[in-house]
Amino acid sequence: MPSIVIIGAGPAAVRAAETLVRAGIRPTVIDEAPVSGGQIYRRPPPGIVRDPKKVYGFEAARARRLHRAFDDLREQIDYWPDSVVWSARDRELGVITKSGPRNLVWDRLILATGAMDRVIPFRGWTLPGIYTLGGAQVALKYQACVVGERPVFLGTGPLLYLVAYQYAVAGVKVGAVLDTASARAKRGALFGLVTGGGMFLKGLYYLAWLRAHGIPMISGVRPVCAHAGPEDAVRELEWQDARGSLHRTACDSVAMGFGLRSETQIADLCDIPFTFDMSQRQWMPTQDSHGRAAVEGIYLAGDGAGIKGAAAAELSGERAAHALLHDLGHARSAKNLEALNKRLRRFERFRRALDEKAFKFPIDLAVSADDNLMVCRCEGVTAGELRHAARKLGVTEFNRAKAFTRVGMGRCQGRVCSPAAAEILADTLGVPLEAVGRIRGQAPIKPVPMAAFLHGAAS
Amino acid sequence: MPQAANQQGQFRRIDSIDRPRVLCTVDGESVEALEGDTIMTMLLLRGHDLRRFEFGDERRAGFCLIGVCQDCGVRQTDGTPLRACTTLVEPGMALVTRGAEDA
Amino acid sequence: MTLFDVAIIGGGLVGCSAALHLCRRDASVVLLERRYCGSQASGVNYGGVRQQGRHLAELPLARRSRQIWADLKTLVGADCEFAATGHLKLARSENEMAALEDYAERAREFGLKLELIGSAQIRERFPYLGGAVVGGSFCAEDGHANPRLVAPAFARAAEVAGAEIREGVEVLQATHDGHAFELRLFDDTVLRARRLINAAGAWGSTVSYWFGEPVPEDVMAPNMCVTDPIPYFLAPNLGVCGGDIYVRQIRRGNIIFGGGVGVADRNQIKARPLADITTQAVRLAVGLVPRLATAQVIRTWSGIEGVMPDGLPVIGPSETTPGLFHAFGFSGHGFQLGPGVGAVLSELALDGVTPTALDLFRINRFQRPHEIEISTPGDATKLMTEPVPARARSN
Repeated sequence: MPSIVIIGAGPAAVRAAETLVRAGIRPTVIDEAPVSGGQIYRRPPPGIVRDPKKVYGFEAARARRLHRAFDDLREQIDYWPDSVVWSARDRELGVITKSGPRNLVWDRLILATGAMDRVIPFRGWTLPGIYTLGGAQVALKYQACVVGERPVFLGTGPLLYLVAYQYAVAGVKVGAVLDTASARAKRGALFGLVTGGGMFLKGLYYLAWLRAHGIPMISGVRPVCAHAGPEDAVRELEWQDARGSLHRTACDSVAMGFGLRSETQIADLCDIPFTFDMSQRQWMPTQDSHGRAAVEGIYLAGDGAGIKGAAAAELSGERAAHALLHDLGHARSAKNLEALNKRLRRFERFRRALDEKAFKFPIDLAVSADDNLMVCRCEGVTAGELRHAARKLGVTEFNRAKAFTRVGMGRCQGRVCSPAAAEILADTLGVPLEAVGRIRGQAPIKPVPMAAFLHGAAS
Repeated sequence: MPQAANQQGQFRRIDSIDRPRVLCTVDGESVEALEGDTIMTMLLLRGHDLRRFEFGDERRAGFCLIGVCQDCGVRQTDGTPLRACTTLVEPGMALVTRGAEDA
Repeated sequence: MTLFDVAIIGGGLVGCSAALHLCRRDASVVLLERRYCGSQASGVNYGGVRQQGRHLAELPLARRSRQIWADLKTLVGADCEFAATGHLKLARSENEMAALEDYAERAREFGLKLELIGSAQIRERFPYLGGAVVGGSFCAEDGHANPRLVAPAFARAAEVAGAEIREGVEVLQATHDGHAFELRLFDDTVLRARRLINAAGAWGSTVSYWFGEPVPEDVMAPNMCVTDPIPYFLAPNLGVCGGDIYVRQIRRGNIIFGGGVGVADRNQIKARPLADITTQAVRLAVGLVPRLATAQVIRTWSGIEGVMPDGLPVIGPSETTPGLFHAFGFSGHGFQLGPGVGAVLSELALDGVTPTALDLFRINRFQRPHEIEISTPGDATKLMTEPVPARARSN
């Protein structure tokens, strides 16, 4: 029996597993979290029982279906929860499980590694009380908590409005929803956004609801500074509106995010060549139109293969599994591949309208960072140090910047800082973003406690 | 929005408070959490930060809550590092948020 | 066409140090580095700056180099995080302790002062050591530095002093036409120099092959690991008899350790650490210093180092071509020697002689050259994930 491994347990992974099981395959599903669902459909921990409508809102039915689908698969898969894939070489994965390190050899591999918020630093962004949009959402879903009683939401993208809405519905006083995208850009994107169908309508609903409840929503915003209060946590957000006027909004928390950034580290370790994706402003593992990676035997799915949202992730997970099945000789899968691609194309159109028109990544915000603004929050590296490295130390690409300034050398391994750091380097050098390359993938792709390697060693 | 007693911290509970209690210690003090709370939730319901940034004066309180930013690290009294946002509170846990470096 | 006084192939620490020392004597210098200065062994090594433990043949060179390390700030304008916190070499058996004692006695003849510490004192002085340690030898003059910073710092200083440092420039072939050395570059341009220094590291044997003196140079990939920062407690650079584990802590708190080897491909210019070797290194590191169990591994890396069969570098004049000088194959322990070797090379190139003893490093000490496997020149043209540096593109 070939060893078929799926990394992840979010919507893409679940549908991939389901598709494989239906074809008579028993995949191994390895996931970092203790329970399935990924981020967007994250299930509460054991001990917390909640009404799915409260947790997932409009997505409650979809979430329930997904969770039930996974639960129904349990007997027919090898499920490794609480397991971190830390290394990948040739066809062998190194995994840290609760019972110690294990190696796993694979014949086929599906990577469904998801994404995280894309971050742009601004003065004060490391203050307690400031979280990502995804983080604010997870607090709500996973812990039945809010990250503050008087949050301000800042950034751009559909997630900005979704999380603001979810918080307002939960009963907190939302101070403002501050979008860096301009009103004009959003209006101009309408034709493309309409292709989103139900997703677009939901978005309009969130906007209307927020407006109806008197929550200030401003476009064309640039954050200036988050100010701390007596507990050294955020107490006020200073920002600039589209006309350049300064405002100060009192708050006890800020949730920020500027779109999403795919997690591609395992793909990198697998030696998949990467291609620069201008729409995502990120280097992405190269794949064909069915999700086959440019390395034989590996398939890519979900937001980790390209940000398309949770609904698209379910489809691309199914598609990856069918590509795999097709490659194993299941001829019927060819029809599924075509049908899935037809549905996915609509998501792609919607996504382009979101990322390239409506909610463009505010490059100017990233590159206008003050010299003394901390860009790498793990190592404390400032924008000025990055610029100095580019101007005076002969740095022309990211890994050299890392060697000289320590950017990306911290525990987050470049996940939080690299979008803005790369923009600053490119801007200083006067080159396209693509030219500064990307941070080199190195194992472990997540920090691993030294103690975790000790299991199984002879004493 | 339901309020549990003594909510003076950064986070607030909004529901699901009818859960068994879990006792642990933080910086030597006895602290009560609810079953299903992460360490981050427990600590930020009662305070505003989790750890000291190694290379400056600032305190940090986590950031991404999904185990990616690594800015929510705390330690057990035996030095074991734990990621507060993804680690559930267990009975008898003994945690340190203000370590030797803060002395 | 310019006729440089000296051309240097290879921008590692040896090449960059040679460039600086040559420019300080007003020579006209061009240095050709295929990628970035310090990309390979010079930049990926453990960072130990130690005289202790070396083959005795290397000690005169190491002691000379140590003087340059002391002057780093003056010489290159940066201290590159060099910290003389000592090198503590540990014995985990009585036999190993005897070996340390023996070495200390021999090394004294070269002026190297080593302090032997027995089992009674070792944990008093260094309370964090694990149970297997029975004693050690401490060299107070030794220490560690940040390998990523040193070669580039020498390169920048050399540039300020007048050297032409050309990164992203591969040399495809070098010959001597009877008057001068001629180097053909990746873009088919040619440059000429009176003297040539082969500081091409793991590819030094390719260059020596061009001049009819092939040597059996192998490669190895150090398996390096680093942790997140933990409170600073470990001052000396730790090593063990047998060399299976080495551990150091920087002031920021990260623990850097290594042991064993990963995999290297000299032609593809690729190297990786191995999961099982990393696992083993972690276990050895924690065995040596149990407190390390509280850290987290956040990164592993490797690189390509040239290795000679006897573990000693090739340093000295060419046996076939006057004016050509070799310095490569430092077999995993060239970092501390680099600055000194650069100084020696500048003397060889400009004066024809050097006061430092080099006989044991001569290139013709290997047997049976016809059995040597050569890495094919020109194969190593594919870069890794980094884009080609801007300078190369400007052609």
